[in-house]
Amino acid sequence: MSRRARKDTLAFIGFTAPNFILLGVFVFWPIVYSLFLSFFKWNMIAPKKTFIGVDNYVSLFNDPVFWQITRNTLALAVFTVLFKLGIALSLSIQLNRKPKGGSLYRAIIFSPTFTTSVAVAMVWTWIFEPTYGLFRFLFRAVGMTSPDWIHNVHWALPAVIIVLVWSGIGYDMVLFLAGLKNIPQDIYDAALVDGVTPWQNFIHITFPLLSPTTFFLTVTSFIGALKAFDIISIMTDGGPLNSSNVYVLYLYQNAFQWFKTGYASALALILFLLIMVVTLVQNRLSRRWVHY
Amino acid sequence: MVEIHRKRSPRWYLGRAGSHLILLLASLFIGIPFLWMVTTSIKSPAEVAIFPPIWWPETIRWDNFAKAWSLAPFGRFYINSIITATTGVFLEVSIAALSAYAFARIRFKYRDIMFLVMLAAMMIPSQVALIPNYVVLKHLKWINTYQGIVIPHVSSVFGAFLLRQYFLSVPAALYDAAELDGLGHFKTMVYIALPLARPVLGTLVLYLFLAKWNSYLWPLIVTNTQNMRTLPVGLAMVRTAEYAIGPEHLMAASLFVLVPPLIVYFLAQKQLIEGIAAGAVKG
Repeated sequence: MSRRARKDTLAFIGFTAPNFILLGVFVFWPIVYSLFLSFFKWNMIAPKKTFIGVDNYVSLFNDPVFWQITRNTLALAVFTVLFKLGIALSLSIQLNRKPKGGSLYRAIIFSPTFTTSVAVAMVWTWIFEPTYGLFRFLFRAVGMTSPDWIHNVHWALPAVIIVLVWSGIGYDMVLFLAGLKNIPQDIYDAALVDGVTPWQNFIHITFPLLSPTTFFLTVTSFIGALKAFDIISIMTDGGPLNSSNVYVLYLYQNAFQWFKTGYASALALILFLLIMVVTLVQNRLSRRWVHY
Repeated sequence: MVEIHRKRSPRWYLGRAGSHLILLLASLFIGIPFLWMVTTSIKSPAEVAIFPPIWWPETIRWDNFAKAWSLAPFGRFYINSIITATTGVFLEVSIAALSAYAFARIRFKYRDIMFLVMLAAMMIPSQVALIPNYVVLKHLKWINTYQGIVIPHVSSVFGAFLLRQYFLSVPAALYDAAELDGLGHFKTMVYIALPLARPVLGTLVLYLFLAKWNSYLWPLIVTNTQNMRTLPVGLAMVRTAEYAIGPEHLMAASLFVLVPPLIVYFLAQKQLIEGIAAGAVKG
């Protein structure tokens, strides 16, 4: 090796070492260690871990709460993605028509993106409050009775979905808007000559050409929803009766409230696999569905 | 889209009005919770417990903020949040810049493989790593310390990727000139590459600061005494305290946490929004 090459090798290692050491210890090692821990019974404090084979996985699959939180998490992800993307897309189309004050609308709608989720969950809890809350007022204004939202087994999860949609619309809208700006105006001009309706425009031009953005947002939002914790933990703490409990919250409860470290590690590993599967499916499907 | 070309026809005006109506409704949906937080925080206990609710109190109760401040050591929470967020941002940006420069400019046999390994880390969510990270920190005796809050989350994939793209776009002639002048890699990075990357660096700093300021789950797990809590964790603990706390005080306390990121956002909203739009289009 030449002196120059040796110097470059040393420099490369030196420059990347901090990042790779941290990634190794705090990102990659945890996957190996979670797999290891998932075969043990351990309370995180005792020096001794008891090997129990796949018992954690067996009890996980026999745990009705596990299936309940799996259903909740998937429902949360599907509905959050549908509403969030649907609303964000229609808003971005309006903004792309460049109305007066567009940048003000954009600034307001984007504002929840960087706000503290804990504080946001506090105000939404107060909005959903059954006696003096804003939602009761809104429902009464249109002649309906507001449900007891976060204290009701049927309405706690929808309440959480509303807040997740609220906080996520702005980000998706900004990305859709960037996607819309990339569609060449010539295509619409040509369509105009052919006399297409706005609806045909949307179905045959806008939507297909926007599909890379839509696909990207669908996958990242779905994965994001699988990881939801902050807002749910503050608003409902998974209740009532686990009706709004989700993966990460249940993992947190098992690991850090009940100290079932092995059980929680099995949960963590399943969550990891779930996210891997979604990512791989994304890679496969994007080749077939997305128009570039 | 078509309406744009049929300028000033009645249909054009109708379309415009429709756009404004939709955007206005969305802005109200997004904005009202913030407004509701502010007006609740300045109401009296009696005004909070009225149905139908009132939008504005008769007299503004500024003392709600003093009361809220005394519910928990919020001054201490502020110091903790500022220290952990700023050191975290500084470390993460430095680490990102070093990696980015190496991947963009330094020749190394296994560079491409290492780049893929780094990108693979993006697929591993931090939620999965909670337990192992806690165990590692226990061995290091870092539980309930600043380094325990900060260090596990300063490795960088997204930032390194973003800066690498930027460093690659710098004309090679500039790097060659630096080399001719006898500048080593580190000096070239500090004096040539980073100053040119200033716009994207600024956006990255803001973005990371907000993310760290708002983070809840990890600081919740790794702190166990009140004097180490960051603002979001402190706020969450105030609500679950044993004494009953009125909504007006809870909203006032929430504003302590929310006002700094909101100020940063409204000062830099153009940069933040456009940074996100640009990053996603290129990525």
